[in-house]
Amino acid sequence: MKITVLYFARLREALRREHEILDVAPDVATVAHLRAWLVARGDPWSSAFTEVKRIRAAVDQATASDSTPLHEGAEVAFFPPVTGG
Amino acid sequence: MPVRVQREDFDAGAEIARLRKDDPKIGAVAAFIGVARDVNDGEMVGTLTLEHYPGMTERALEQICAQAKERWKVAEVLVVHRVGELRPTDQIVLVAVSGGHRGEAFAACEFVMDYLKTDAPFWKKESTAGGERWVDARDSDDLARARWKETNSR
Repeated sequence: MKITVLYFARLREALRREHEILDVAPDVATVAHLRAWLVARGDPWSSAFTEVKRIRAAVDQATASDSTPLHEGAEVAFFPPVTGG
Repeated sequence: MPVRVQREDFDAGAEIARLRKDDPKIGAVAAFIGVARDVNDGEMVGTLTLEHYPGMTERALEQICAQAKERWKVAEVLVVHRVGELRPTDQIVLVAVSGGHRGEAFAACEFVMDYLKTDAPFWKKESTAGGERWVDARDSDDLARARWKETNSR
């Protein structure tokens, strides 16, 4: 299953990348699964996902929770709490 | 377009004139302008750089505006938010709401701003004498948003 993952702000800097295209097994079925899969890859994901606090997620540009399902071609974003305005 | 994300500055007077469209039913316009401050968390700020998530930002802002229009009897809701590098005294964001009466316009304007603060994917980074730092989200912003769930209107 191909997924595009985007990173923003502090998390983007910690990972030294804005996005990546991943090919994950179908059992990576939710946001929580994907996060665990990324952390299991080791550094820099494992340290970045620990050091950056309260990481939020979006799927297909809509706010997501841990249980939000993924699908082929999904656009998943991880980012710290927002600070606009 | 009720929602714009742009690098350029904005002219609030011109934006409000466009929002009113010389509509004689408009009796009130409430507007908020967020401005870059020179001091944050006790340190002088040199530049403020705003990053956003293109696509999701516009969608989130449009949803917030739609919620405001559903909740209050208002005519138009406008959000203009800047991104890129800004300096103290630069304008960051404009929220303007037109309607028949001030009560709805004030409430909808504050609602949009409170939701923008917690739901729209923008991130601020400051440069100070001590180096660059990402601005942390404030608990007070979450509390400001939560107030709108307790009451139907204010």
